[in-house]
Amino acid sequence: MTSFQSITLATLTKDIRLEWRSKDALNSMLFFSLLVVVIFSFSFDPVAEESRHIVGGLIWVAFLFAAIVALNQTWARELRNQVLDAYRVSPAPANGLFLAKVLGNFIFVSVLEALMTPLFIVFYNLRALGPAWQLIPLAILGTWALVVNGTFFAAMSLRTRSREIMLPLLLFPISIPALMGMVQATTAILTGENSARFWIVLLLTYDVVFTTACVALFEAILHAE
Amino acid sequence: MKRAFPILAVLTTGFVLYGFYLGLFVAPTERTMGDVQRIFYFHAPSGWTAFCLFFVNLIASVAYLVRRNLKADALAVASAEVGVVFCTVVLVTGPLWARPVWGIWWTWDLRLTSTLVLWLIYVSYLMLRRLTNNAQTPVLAAVLAIFGALDVPLVYFSIWFFRTQHPQPVIGGGGSLDPRMLHVFLINVCAFSCLGALICWARYRVELMHREVEEAHALESLLDVVPKSEGEAKAAHRGSLQ
Repeated sequence: MTSFQSITLATLTKDIRLEWRSKDALNSMLFFSLLVVVIFSFSFDPVAEESRHIVGGLIWVAFLFAAIVALNQTWARELRNQVLDAYRVSPAPANGLFLAKVLGNFIFVSVLEALMTPLFIVFYNLRALGPAWQLIPLAILGTWALVVNGTFFAAMSLRTRSREIMLPLLLFPISIPALMGMVQATTAILTGENSARFWIVLLLTYDVVFTTACVALFEAILHAE
Repeated sequence: MKRAFPILAVLTTGFVLYGFYLGLFVAPTERTMGDVQRIFYFHAPSGWTAFCLFFVNLIASVAYLVRRNLKADALAVASAEVGVVFCTVVLVTGPLWARPVWGIWWTWDLRLTSTLVLWLIYVSYLMLRRLTNNAQTPVLAAVLAIFGALDVPLVYFSIWFFRTQHPQPVIGGGGSLDPRMLHVFLINVCAFSCLGALICWARYRVELMHREVEEAHALESLLDVVPKSEGEAKAAHRGSLQ
């Protein structure tokens, strides 16, 4: 096993173990998105047939806002006891650390989505009129798009004065094409009116472009002095 | 350098005023839209200038990341700030024109939406610069500028597809422009480019001076130097030590 893999694996298992024992991020994300589901249901008739056109956007907005909770605490944990400074001076590859954090967040947000989707189906009377299997690659690509940039910008906002506010301010504008892809593809699949293929390809492009950019530039962020 | 600036400022002001004069009085009135079309001579050149400045910002950001030259970073700040101002002009003059012509202030059309998203990206860039006040700011900002630039084509394509799926009745693309209108338009593009470059240059110089002052302050507090010529300050300093 190379040092890259062992760093990634060690950090990932550490983060999962911490989350498993505390369940801080997952509980707050779950409760937060549940609140979003309930509050949004007041703004329109949730069981009407037309609400199919809105729910795609609603689901992803709920997941996006909830993901911010997990993303914000990703790096904050490493600041205690100067763990991040230790990483900086160690010869360990920076991208191993980054990849571990992205994978960790990806798992947390995926668990959230898996738990919340049945609730959305029940509360909003959802039934896919298009090819439902496409929702799985869509969820994977969409979650990756949120998480890879989110983890990167969370590392960036560590250096700012009010870091919890800074993360969404940086993440949302850059995520607009990805969000558009997720929302449009979900709506296309739920309504069955048109194909979601273009949006899935767009998301794939977005993921490839920004994963490359993050991996290429993370070292500059970690060592920014 | 110092003398060149006021001369260029006067020349640019004259050029911009000439462009205004041409746009408001000389260019022929458009047949269907009437006088309100004249806003086009200021709207489109501002957009052009904003895009050029954002491009300068990208180049300066990449140059900073490669060379770690603080002058490149100062240029990045200046171009982003001035670019956001010109982009704001575009976003304000657009609805002013759209209201009488289309009957609505805003439509989520391709060009409007992508310009708005571009504006949002660069405002978040400026916010990042504002909220980080230390030596790391240039690196973080340069990285964000590269992310923003990567985002622009994706934004464009996604909105393009979105809008071709749901066609809107508005925006009259194509059409030919009267040669006299084109002439006025091109003069205004040049004038606005000069104005943008001039303001950007001024902002760049202010930024460099600002940094010099900050550096001097930091050095002073570090060395605890007392200015030699000011005897009183020295005495006060001694007094405070006792």
